Amino acid sequence: MRYTRTAALVGAVALATTACSGGGDSGGGEAGAATGPITVWLSNNEQEVGWGQDVVDAWNAEHPDEQVTAQEIPAGSSSEEAITAAITAGTAPCLVYNISSAAVPGWVRQGGLVDLATFDGGADYLAERGGDAVEQYQTDGGSYQLPWKSNPVMVMYNKALFAQAGLDPEDPGMATFDDFLAGAQQIVDSGAAPSAIWPSPTNDFYQPWFDFYPTYLAETDGTLLVEDGKATFDDEAGKAVADFWASIYSQGLAPQEESTDDAMATGQTAMQMAGPWAIASYGDSVDVGFMPVPTSDGRADVTTFADSKNVSMFTACENQGTAWEFLKFSTSEQNDGALLEATGQMPLRQDLATTYPDYFAANPDYEVFADQAGRTGDVPSIPSSIEAWQAFREAYSSAVIFGSTTTDEFLSTAAQQIDDLVGG
Amino acid sequence: MTAVSTGTPGRERGRTPAPAPARRGRRRWWGGQPVGTLLAAPYLVFVLVVFAYPLGFAGYMSLHDYFFTAPGVDVPKPFVGFDNFAAVLTDPQVLRSFRNTAVFLVINVPLTVVLALVLASALNAGIRWASVYRVAYYVPYLTASVSLVGVWMLLFSSNGLVNAVLGPLAPDPSWLVNKGLAMPTIALYVTWKQLGFYVLLYLAALQNVPRELHESAETDGANGFQRFLNVTVPGVRGATTLVLVLAIITGTNLFTEPYLLTSGGGPDGASVTPVLLIYQRGIQQQNPDTAAAIGMLLVIVVGLLSLAAQRLNRER
Repeated sequence: MRYTRTAALVGAVALATTACSGGGDSGGGEAGAATGPITVWLSNNEQEVGWGQDVVDAWNAEHPDEQVTAQEIPAGSSSEEAITAAITAGTAPCLVYNISSAAVPGWVRQGGLVDLATFDGGADYLAERGGDAVEQYQTDGGSYQLPWKSNPVMVMYNKALFAQAGLDPEDPGMATFDDFLAGAQQIVDSGAAPSAIWPSPTNDFYQPWFDFYPTYLAETDGTLLVEDGKATFDDEAGKAVADFWASIYSQGLAPQEESTDDAMATGQTAMQMAGPWAIASYGDSVDVGFMPVPTSDGRADVTTFADSKNVSMFTACENQGTAWEFLKFSTSEQNDGALLEATGQMPLRQDLATTYPDYFAANPDYEVFADQAGRTGDVPSIPSSIEAWQAFREAYSSAVIFGSTTTDEFLSTAAQQIDDLVGG
Repeated sequence: MTAVSTGTPGRERGRTPAPAPARRGRRRWWGGQPVGTLLAAPYLVFVLVVFAYPLGFAGYMSLHDYFFTAPGVDVPKPFVGFDNFAAVLTDPQVLRSFRNTAVFLVINVPLTVVLALVLASALNAGIRWASVYRVAYYVPYLTASVSLVGVWMLLFSSNGLVNAVLGPLAPDPSWLVNKGLAMPTIALYVTWKQLGFYVLLYLAALQNVPRELHESAETDGANGFQRFLNVTVPGVRGATTLVLVLAIITGTNLFTEPYLLTSGGGPDGASVTPVLLIYQRGIQQQNPDTAAAIGMLLVIVVGLLSLAAQRLNRER
């Protein structure tokens, strides 16, 4: 009896501590030409939802037999997790307008995405709209995402705090690493703000996209984190960037803690790495300016991280013919213009500034982003992408944010781990 | 698992004639109280579907090169034996997560048992405003962890209230970004949050401790502390076993607190936990096979710890 009770206890404990879910292995998507009603998912950004609903309404008015339903991506820790779960369950929609490139290789491996180049004229449409840049978004030679829009990362700063610190708000002169550190020190020393810049120090795999990676892309004129199956950053440029950020933390210019509020809005920090979305977000609350990401030599025309969000079609879609036509409709020159107007985010089109000259003439704040959008790098399409970024983040945190290891150790350890992951 | 005996032994013994074979068969499947079995069946189904099947499936995944695919996508998922276990057992981060959990349990479990029992005894002794205290202890348990974590971040951040009160005695680096203090801070947070539930368990158990025992001990000259130690503590031994096991399970399943309070297991991995790694590996990185291996190890560890807690607390 005693052993029965013991076994029951162990069993109950085992059951209580496990709540995994299993995936099925049947079902599948149908190929291409079928038409009919479809569902699309949009990000939960208010302006994007508004744009999406307008586009859907315009389409539905002309296509009574191919009605489109727009929904926000289901709530989750991140869009990627909700989409991964939907692929596994076979409940993914036809199109999702918020795809991060980092997640695409994993979804291709899952068999969840449709190669857009397999549609009639598919490859031509992608190339015509996005130019040569679309190639960097390919996975295993397939076009599983349409590069849709970017949010080129720049250094956003609070003009009032800069003026208070004695920096010129119109031309802060912080283009080099040394000048940036000196300006940042001036902000803190003057008491204008408790911290100069506040990148999120959390351990999330995507955080390097808003501290190390834009600076590395700038320092190398666009070298991706991984090229030709090998990590690129264990070199002088990587070392310069890592040391720059390590100085920011070691000199107390950026907090090691996560902000409990919007640090920019509350004046707890004077700078953030941000894209054009920030202009609308901060509106009248903060008078913000933007400057390029610094480099060691303060060069002109720097490259930065694109922070693109793209569109993918899912194999669970039954009416892929309609989905393809709607994808083209929603990413037409007219609807890309409407997206720019509604959200301030840059459509990933060739010749952006000359395609929408009226918009940029009327909104000069965004012009700098239109210029920057022509010089961006994105997340490389590599196997085990998220795992690689997570390994990178952990090594970076240890050395740069918390100073537990050296930047040399960070670069060599992370490069080795990523080489192992990418090499399989 | 299929037969649940709800019969009363005394009544069983009173029946002399053996039941007919058909009745014996029914009894074998339905027990002495078919209606009771029927009423319990939905929960049994729930346990099988929501816990037992996933546990078995996790075992399957941990022994295969497994990843989630879209329905209809046929990809080989070969049997790999204990390769996934070997991978996670040689992964420094996994080992560190188990060490972090040990730190948590060493602080949280004794603190939970002692505080819950002391507070329950005080409430049971009929102090003034007992119901106010009872509600105060229970409110954190009922409140969503996400909102409480926000409050603790404000309290324990570098510029937070705690450091303001401590002044020059405040730790540097601050609590949540201090490698030596992050996990103990989480342990304190969880102890505080869960305390109300355990106080209630002990309060219920204290109702079964005969008042006569306290009176006898008092007559024999025992003071309050001696009565607590020699009457109350042995009297709630069963509840203590339950509290120990539940605290161990809660502690080893730690996820929300390191995810939110210390920014994903920081600083520098000092508060990373096995469940946080399961989430990263299984959900974010799409490696459910190694995540399942960590999960199976966790099940074994929790089972052994619970067994040890039960044996240590057994009535001799």
